[in-house]
Amino acid sequence: MVDQDMLENDQPLLIAESLSKSYGRITACRDVSFALYPGEVLAIVGESGSGKSTLLQLLSGQLAASGGQVSYRMRDSVTRDLATLGEAERRFLFRTDWGFVHQDPAQGLRMAVSAGANVGERLMAVGWNHYGRIRDTASDWLTRVEIDIARIDDAPRTYSGGMRQRLQIARNLVTEPRLVFMDEPTGGLDVSVQARLLDLVRNLVAELHLAVIIVTHDLAVARLLSHRVMVMKGGRVIETGLTDQVLDDPREPYTQLLVSSILPA
Amino acid sequence: MTAMIDVTDANKTFTMHLQGGIELPVVSGVTFHVNPGECVVLAGPSGAGKSSILKMIFGNYRCDSGRIGIRHRGALVDLATAEPRQVLNIRRATIGYVSQFLRAVPRVATVDVVAEPLIVNGLARAEAQARAGELLHRLNIPERLWQLPPATFSGGEQQRVNIARGFISDLPILLLDEPTASLDAANRAVVVELVAEKKRQGVAMVAIVHDDEIRHLIADRIVDVTSFAAAA
Repeated sequence: MVDQDMLENDQPLLIAESLSKSYGRITACRDVSFALYPGEVLAIVGESGSGKSTLLQLLSGQLAASGGQVSYRMRDSVTRDLATLGEAERRFLFRTDWGFVHQDPAQGLRMAVSAGANVGERLMAVGWNHYGRIRDTASDWLTRVEIDIARIDDAPRTYSGGMRQRLQIARNLVTEPRLVFMDEPTGGLDVSVQARLLDLVRNLVAELHLAVIIVTHDLAVARLLSHRVMVMKGGRVIETGLTDQVLDDPREPYTQLLVSSILPA
Repeated sequence: MTAMIDVTDANKTFTMHLQGGIELPVVSGVTFHVNPGECVVLAGPSGAGKSSILKMIFGNYRCDSGRIGIRHRGALVDLATAEPRQVLNIRRATIGYVSQFLRAVPRVATVDVVAEPLIVNGLARAEAQARAGELLHRLNIPERLWQLPPATFSGGEQQRVNIARGFISDLPILLLDEPTASLDAANRAVVVELVAEKKRQGVAMVAIVHDDEIRHLIADRIVDVTSFAAAA
């Protein structure tokens, strides 16, 4: 019970304040504010062009905002404005405390080097140098994402789409990040492969107490993985709340349209 | 006695934007309370808003106005205005809910579906699975099915898995939406027994039961929902 009380009183991990991004006259993202807590999974849903991927890039510091700011509580508990971080600090954050799972695994993996090296590389980047330990940890992670150890020396270009995506997840999680960004992680996968990946992600998130910001157009993915959801349309957040509440009792016309457009299984 | 649930003048209307914005009043002026160790059964015809009231108490449906008072770790919290994070904490520590249908994650074994609420609250996996096994056993789910995902089970079996999942935690509030609807007599009797045990533990329950016999067996008080039917 003590743990739960601590959870209730803890500090946000990431805070977005009035985030905006415009390209000339086009506003891709307008006035987005929220706080994300450790262990919390937030889904950003909306159709193509709604601004959700732009928002993910703003939040992860890959794109400079036109207005507003993103603050992140670093491992030393100091909350800092991402825009004030130096390039080296930002890269370090990305290698250690953050993960980023791309829709296309080829963007997040090195396709020509072995699976073991893909995972081990992240460890070396944070200073690991004992080959045996790196290999053991990499093997351990491949097992956790249900990849046969016999494939550890094969390059991911010889892997199926589902395996590549699981490898990308292992590569991201091996440094024990506290926050993982996911951009349509199941987007390119067959339905049967999707279910397996979602179940895997769901377990890892709970086990590692990860905070996740996941962009998806698939409301079933949002329902399965997220605690909270933000619905975006035309660059704005039009509705936000507890995931099951927004999906079962949608208020805004656009959210009602999204929810009613799901084909029954 | 201090009520565990104290609902005051709660209102709910659906606005159907895709149907030209028509307003569908669901309930209005919902007012009742539930004490520890008491089972209140919501009565009224189909469509009177019983399930909606249950969902409002769970925070699954929003409340347009009024108050959903929940005693959470000794303090009264208004669920109608609580932050999402707080609602999640309240669900983890205070309110359990047995829905009409099981919504299971693909690939997850039955025993883990049932054990999950305990694991989320920090119990060791082995112990949680042992308790899940006990409940599944009581609800007559044969052990050879425990390692299978419940997706392929019959309606009655799924409902029993759902009941086991709902009853496994020691939460002070339990909401039951038609827990016995698709069960045979033997399993209905098990549910009646489980409800009686929860009462002895001081759990406050709100139930929807259509079966007159079961209602008679579990209800301490009946709240007629017809009076809340939105005359709005």
